Amino acid sequence: MLAPQAFTTRIAPGVVALAAIAILIGGAFAGLIAEGARDTSGALSAFDGYMFRVARFTLLQAGLSTLLSVVPALAVARALSRHPAFPGRGLILKLFAVPLALPAIVAAMGVLALFGRAGIFAPVLSLLYDNGGWPGIYGLSGILVAHVFFNLPLATRLFLEALDTVPTDQWRLASQLGMGASASFRLIEWPVLRAAMPGIAGLVFMLCITSFTIVLTLGGGPAASTLEVAIYQALRFDFDPARAVALTLMQIALTLTVVVALTRLGANVTGDANLAVARRRPLALGSVERTFNALSILLALFLVAGPMAAIVLSGLKADLLRLIGEAGFHRALITSLVLAVLSASLAATIAWSLAAARWAASRRRRRASGDPGLIERVFDTGASSVLVVPPIVIGAGWFVLLRHVADVFAIAPVMVATVNAVMAMPFALRAIRPAHDTAAARHDRLCESLGVSGWNRLRLIDWPVLRRPLATGFAFAMALSLGDLGVIALFGSDALKTLPYLLYERMGSYRTADAAGLALLLGLFCLTLILVADWLGRERKT
Amino acid sequence: MRLSSLFLAGAALLAAPLAAQAEGTLTVYTYDSFTSEWGPGPQVEKAFEAECGCDLKFVPVADGAALLNRVKLEGASTKADIVLGLDTNLTAEAKESGLFAPAGIDRANVVVPEEWADDIFVPYDYGYFAIVYDTETLKTPPASLKELVDGDPSQKIVIQDPRTSTPGLGLLLWVKSVYGDQAGEAWQKLKGRVLTVTPGWSESYGLFTKGEAPMVLSYTTSPAYHMIAEDTERYQAASFSEGHYLQIEVAGMTVNGAKNPLSAKFLAFMTGPGFQDAIPETNWMYPAGKTDKPLNPAFDRLVKPAKSLLLTPDEVAKNRKAWVDEWLAAMSQ
Repeated sequence: MLAPQAFTTRIAPGVVALAAIAILIGGAFAGLIAEGARDTSGALSAFDGYMFRVARFTLLQAGLSTLLSVVPALAVARALSRHPAFPGRGLILKLFAVPLALPAIVAAMGVLALFGRAGIFAPVLSLLYDNGGWPGIYGLSGILVAHVFFNLPLATRLFLEALDTVPTDQWRLASQLGMGASASFRLIEWPVLRAAMPGIAGLVFMLCITSFTIVLTLGGGPAASTLEVAIYQALRFDFDPARAVALTLMQIALTLTVVVALTRLGANVTGDANLAVARRRPLALGSVERTFNALSILLALFLVAGPMAAIVLSGLKADLLRLIGEAGFHRALITSLVLAVLSASLAATIAWSLAAARWAASRRRRRASGDPGLIERVFDTGASSVLVVPPIVIGAGWFVLLRHVADVFAIAPVMVATVNAVMAMPFALRAIRPAHDTAAARHDRLCESLGVSGWNRLRLIDWPVLRRPLATGFAFAMALSLGDLGVIALFGSDALKTLPYLLYERMGSYRTADAAGLALLLGLFCLTLILVADWLGRERKT
Repeated sequence: MRLSSLFLAGAALLAAPLAAQAEGTLTVYTYDSFTSEWGPGPQVEKAFEAECGCDLKFVPVADGAALLNRVKLEGASTKADIVLGLDTNLTAEAKESGLFAPAGIDRANVVVPEEWADDIFVPYDYGYFAIVYDTETLKTPPASLKELVDGDPSQKIVIQDPRTSTPGLGLLLWVKSVYGDQAGEAWQKLKGRVLTVTPGWSESYGLFTKGEAPMVLSYTTSPAYHMIAEDTERYQAASFSEGHYLQIEVAGMTVNGAKNPLSAKFLAFMTGPGFQDAIPETNWMYPAGKTDKPLNPAFDRLVKPAKSLLLTPDEVAKNRKAWVDEWLAAMSQ
């Protein structure tokens, strides 16, 4: 039996964590609404032709990005699923996990290094243009390439996860009946893929609507601006909080529409960096299908590995030793690491509190044998839905709120660490919750009968089991925070420079070689963290 | 003897920070190309510190217009004593913020093409906006703003965002001065020639010299840099028949900065040769005060605008938002 006191101690931290998140988001909205109410005329005049064009472009790029990521992902996932022994399959899947944690600014560098006017492919692409040469990749095309780089591998992995839920019996039956490629696709794979599609497409769409760094660095002017970038510009360029409020409302309305559609379709909005991919028996495939599958995989591999290879190649050309020796680099590295560690600790703590609280709530409910209550759902998917609130909006809200009472640039570090922590929390929760629930199911009764609780239980029972998943969540949250250029773009200043900010600055002053070198270093840091997270996650399962 | 010299050295070490503290610090916010190692910043810092025996601290904040946004965001609590790098297109708005205090210095040394009556802001240099082009890739440069707007869209130009940079705002007002009510349509036409819009001047000029575009929005004085520092005639400014828009760059002290006696001292120093000598060949603009030696002869070979265009600060302040919105609307279509 779970004593009432134990119930309280386990649920209290979760409530505190939720309250903190609520204050963070609520405060931001309060700030924006208060500012909007101060001068409504400005907010109303923001609903002009420009804003609707920006909103239209936001939807256009998100829609196209989703289409270009999800449709090919169907083919790639199916190809990977039908070729369990494809050469380098494990490596490809591992590679496909990298973009999710790769900082957007690093990806933007990679895309530019490939397709920019001075990029690797520029001489070839220039042959297609008679006058003035290759116009470069600024604008919609650059944004799309970068978004596909991020989302095609993510969608592929999620579709593959869905395909792996097909029971082995069905496959056996299919081969006994001598089903061809098209029949097995129609009868077995398509129903599964179709069921998974709305959720995956929705997730990709949402990630593209809130994409900030890619649009900022590859947009190249007002013609290719999204709401997320326009909010940032309204504050940092125009110093027009009312306009920022109006743009924020527009963006939230659009995002909410998508999210409501998502929840209706039962989507999973967090995504996963570490999927278990089970092996399956080989199939007898025709040569046409074999070729098509191989081509799909290779094309996707090129799309994902291309920018990464370009990052490495152009990064190695930079004067890395000088860069590593620079005082500015050291300061940015230390700032980044401190912020990332703070943010990851906070993310892991919040995630743990929520996992514990959800477990306690669900246990109490199961004894009462009812449906999952509101509180349980809030601890679970409710907390994950912070992802629909763009970090720029939280930053913007606190920015206008605190502007009157404090030096916004002085509280910047707290803001950056907190917002990043909350944004990384859903991913940390995904890493921690399964292990927490398994361990709790195993140990709860024993601990209660022995009377082990509080600090002793934490030290002797929970910590040894949860150490690894916590570290996984921590490493992943740290990678996400390390690469962030959303909140820091708003709050960053000469006094607070992180690595992505430094990289953006160098890129802005066209010190391209330096920027490429920094991109390589930043990419390596995040990759290391992801490999650590992956390794810790793997060990857990054996 | 050894002991005494050791003692002296120790005393000097202890005294050094105390001395610096007693003399004070002056914080100057400015745009990034001013403080970069090849900009006027290092030279100015050395000259002023030698004169005042204090610590002059430059804080780079992107570009000119971004500078004003930053100070407005920080409000009364800003750490800036001096803001250096606004221009006459921003002074009315800067004054309206109430964040700036009268300079209270003698203007006898100030030399600019226009009558100077402002009591808050002090000019430190001026120049004319121009389209600078690469003679190796562009054989027939536009001879007027209208030719630029109507020209071959495949010949690209890099411009700057009027919301963050003073040249970007300058071009906006230039187009407004020439096209008036038709400015919106002119921008829609010009948009096809724009490779990209960068937040600041440094980014644009970097793109241009890297060969990404054959034209860039800069100054009539920019070719002087290439002639003097790089000994090349490759980059030239196009002379426009409608005239060129004038930029007068200014500095002012903040209300906070007025409490620091070094602020007025710096503004006075700024109009003299200690500061002005650095301007022509590091900031690549015309000095707005006396220099110790005449300008390099290369400056005589630059484009001399037939007419200089300049809207009044009040006119700009009154219409800036509407005109920027017009620009945004045209550029986003």
